[in-house]
Amino acid sequence: MTDANTNFLDSDTVPLSLHGPAPDRVVVGYGFWLFLLSDILIFASLFAAYAVLSGETAGGPNGAMLFDKKHVFVETACLLTSSFTCGLGALAVRQFRITGVYVWMIVTLFLGLTFLTLEITEFDSMIVAGNGPSRSAFLSAFFALVGTHGIHVAAGLFWLIIMVLQIMTLGLTPMVRRRLFCLGLFWHALDIVWVGVITIVYLGAH
Amino acid sequence: MDNHSEAQGLPPGTNEESGASLRSYLIGFGIAIVLTLASFWVSSTNTIYAPGVPILLGVLAIAQMGIHLVFFLHISSAPDQTNNFLALAFGVFITALIVFGSMIIMADLNHQMMPMDKLMDMQR
Amino acid sequence: MNPLGRLTLASIPFDQPIIMGTVGVMGLGIFSILAIVTLKGWWSYLWREWITSVDHKRIGVMYILLALVMLVRGFADAIMMRTQLALAAGDVKGFLPPEHYNQIFSAHGTIMIFFVAMPFVVGLMNFAVPLQLGVRDVAFPVLNSVSFWLTASGVLLINLSLFIGEFARTGWLAYPPLSELAYSPGVGVDYYLWSLQISGIGTLLSGINLTTTILKLRAPGMGYTRMPIFCWTALASNLLIVAAFPVLTATLGMLLADRYLGFHFFTNDAGGNPMMYINLIWIWGHPEVYILVLPAFGVFSEVVATFSGKPVFGYRSMVMATMAICVLSFMVWLHHFFTMGASANVNGFFGVMTMVIAVPTGVKIFNWLFTMYGGRIRFSVPMHWTLGFLVTFVIGGMTGVLMAIPPADFVLHNSLFLIAHFHNTVIGGVVFGVFAGYTYWFPKAFGFKLDERIGKAIFWCWFIGFYLAFMPLYALGLMGATRRMQHYADPHWQPFMQIAWAGAVLIFCGILLTIVQLIVSIRTRDRHLDTTGDPWNGRTLEWSMPSPPPPWNFAALPQVEGTDAFWAIKQQEKKAVNEAHPPIHVPRNNPTGFFLAFFTVVLGFALIWHIWWMAGVGFMGDVIVLLVQAWRTDNEVEISEYDVARYYRRAKELPL
Repeated sequence: MTDANTNFLDSDTVPLSLHGPAPDRVVVGYGFWLFLLSDILIFASLFAAYAVLSGETAGGPNGAMLFDKKHVFVETACLLTSSFTCGLGALAVRQFRITGVYVWMIVTLFLGLTFLTLEITEFDSMIVAGNGPSRSAFLSAFFALVGTHGIHVAAGLFWLIIMVLQIMTLGLTPMVRRRLFCLGLFWHALDIVWVGVITIVYLGAH
Repeated sequence: MDNHSEAQGLPPGTNEESGASLRSYLIGFGIAIVLTLASFWVSSTNTIYAPGVPILLGVLAIAQMGIHLVFFLHISSAPDQTNNFLALAFGVFITALIVFGSMIIMADLNHQMMPMDKLMDMQR
Repeated sequence: MNPLGRLTLASIPFDQPIIMGTVGVMGLGIFSILAIVTLKGWWSYLWREWITSVDHKRIGVMYILLALVMLVRGFADAIMMRTQLALAAGDVKGFLPPEHYNQIFSAHGTIMIFFVAMPFVVGLMNFAVPLQLGVRDVAFPVLNSVSFWLTASGVLLINLSLFIGEFARTGWLAYPPLSELAYSPGVGVDYYLWSLQISGIGTLLSGINLTTTILKLRAPGMGYTRMPIFCWTALASNLLIVAAFPVLTATLGMLLADRYLGFHFFTNDAGGNPMMYINLIWIWGHPEVYILVLPAFGVFSEVVATFSGKPVFGYRSMVMATMAICVLSFMVWLHHFFTMGASANVNGFFGVMTMVIAVPTGVKIFNWLFTMYGGRIRFSVPMHWTLGFLVTFVIGGMTGVLMAIPPADFVLHNSLFLIAHFHNTVIGGVVFGVFAGYTYWFPKAFGFKLDERIGKAIFWCWFIGFYLAFMPLYALGLMGATRRMQHYADPHWQPFMQIAWAGAVLIFCGILLTIVQLIVSIRTRDRHLDTTGDPWNGRTLEWSMPSPPPPWNFAALPQVEGTDAFWAIKQQEKKAVNEAHPPIHVPRNNPTGFFLAFFTVVLGFALIWHIWWMAGVGFMGDVIVLLVQAWRTDNEVEISEYDVARYYRRAKELPL
């Protein structure tokens, strides 16, 4: 940037929108935020389908008969805590405490895997009992909504493992820190979606 | 780079001034635990007026999401968060349109459907 | 377990001469092009300069080239339909049996919307927006390349459906229950679904890319109220992409789940609800047409201002109208299914909203007219397209408002009146707009202008051809003709169908002339070189650079002080400052997009034909390509100050 631009930027009265192109981490962060919003809209469509089809049980069981709230409570505890530990990991990244980063990432991974295992066992028991997605429109909507969330969690855990490998091989470079930051955003957003899932699907079932 | 001259604002989750700190995560986690327990209690107890349960669950859910957004993602109404806030508002608006729009329209269509017995009469 | 899934030799329609003839011609064409490229040794140039390029200008050109090629394929479908209908009155059956005709109209709509209009519009935005904003590239250049190549993957899959298997017979939106497994057990709907899912992801990523670019990457001093109108319409269009395309992905995903995994979202049994598909798909479908038309409106704003020699009239009201259209476009979708059982209250609400959305569009029309009033108008080719648009689009808009009245729509829904209306707005708005933009920015991209005389001939072919082709359809619709019919009993309709056929032939001449224009312009380019970088006496920043611009666009980012930034600079007659240019970093070429697309085509084809091992290969290939990209650390190339200075010495001196 030329000298003229530096003087221009120093003025506190100049609005942010006139400051020229944003630095990389702002651009990447905002782009990823938009991606997350688009992902949430996919969930919105699935929620809409669930809301419309949740009564269509085709003579089969409905949610109240199938869902085990204690099971869901443990899943929720795992995911919420993993969001917290992910935040602790983000603090460690900002302070360049590599051991802390590894510790909190591994804890988050463990909590996420526990969540997935619990969810897979729930799905499996339903399918084995003949209440799989092809039983009724309600069950199709359930498996699609909760299953899509589970696929996102699995993808996030895979991404987490890759990031651990990236830290090990590349160190906490600016590029790696930007990606960890995006992973954190993703993980928190998944917990927000899960709040919607438990409220509408599990707790809302009657 | 000083926050005040950060071109085009900050991305979500980086609001260092208003505390992307341990305190903020602890408070957020604490309140979220309380809200989660409350939701589970509300849905399984008999002490709340039954028709009010869905509304209360909805309010608790929105509160939970808000806690996540404010304490974990640090979304606020500060000027360098404007783009993030507007994007979020747009997303919420579209979500509401999709979910409630679909529910209203599909309920309306179902309501207009001929009752099953009269439909079967037409087949004969 | 058949290693090739359900793919067999019988999947190739050897017994259908029309298809085999078309495939033969296409194959010959592709083979000749590959042969020429090989013989001339152009592969390394193509690989280095185009296929692995992450430069928004190159990617924009590739998008537009893709769109023009697919225009030929989509139009071939159109002329087959018009010919069939011109013949098939009363006892005459025509040459296209219904099963074939149904594939043709489905392919026509799918190709024209997804693989002609979208790439053309996205290509123009890709090319022009960073230049107008005064920055070096979009926010995520590698992602940009990925988006393009994913769109190209969708194109490849849909073209494969022509000779391996079949295409969908369900229309361009594939309504269930017809599109469900029970009624469409073949591969046609699967080709449609996977092709659109893949290119849909590309489009969504592009939407995120351009929105971030416009909101976070602008030259210093370019606040929101100093952006060119084209950038505002690009912003609105890309916000709509980010908001609407996820709904398409989810809805097509649900249909895929029904077909592949036995789900019951939209089936007739087990509680499925086909109307839910129609509801969701139109939540996407209506914003989609605004995604297409808003950038076209932006092009017209730029063209009208430039060729009237005045700034756009009413900048703020234009911006507000654009953002109002952006929001309102999400509140009208039920007008696509007024007749499908909703109550009067619901129909009424959406009818009123549909009329409301015509208001901001009207504001824009008046602003364009007032821009021209009092200006010194130059009747260039882009101005021809603009004037044609102003007349044609208004007619189309009015027939839309007519159908916004639910009782009227009960008569006209799915008639040829509807067909005439949407072709009126899409051709009058989007097609005229992209051709204006193509002619307007061509000299910036390539350094020479397109032939003007042929350009005007192309316009007149399209303009007169459009009216001949579609005005009879308005009349036919009012007489009771429905869409998607391959034969009709009433011989009184035939003259109308024949006039429509003549219009289609005239448009075909226009398309041929477009190809001729390209060849002639390239051959005679020395006679219309753009030596100054500003061939039209433009007002915005893209004209402040040499044509074609250097890879880095701006050596020093311009300091913007008002709207029409370049116009202000020209008025002040700033001279070129021969200061030393620092070294510039540009993103390095990247093959990720191409390889990702390659494995995605493998994945898509395998999923369509149920070749599960091959799907695994495609998926793993994609994952590996992404992992390789994740570990890529040398992402930039430095261009030394010596090379930068030498570039500018070689190019002509500019007024900047």
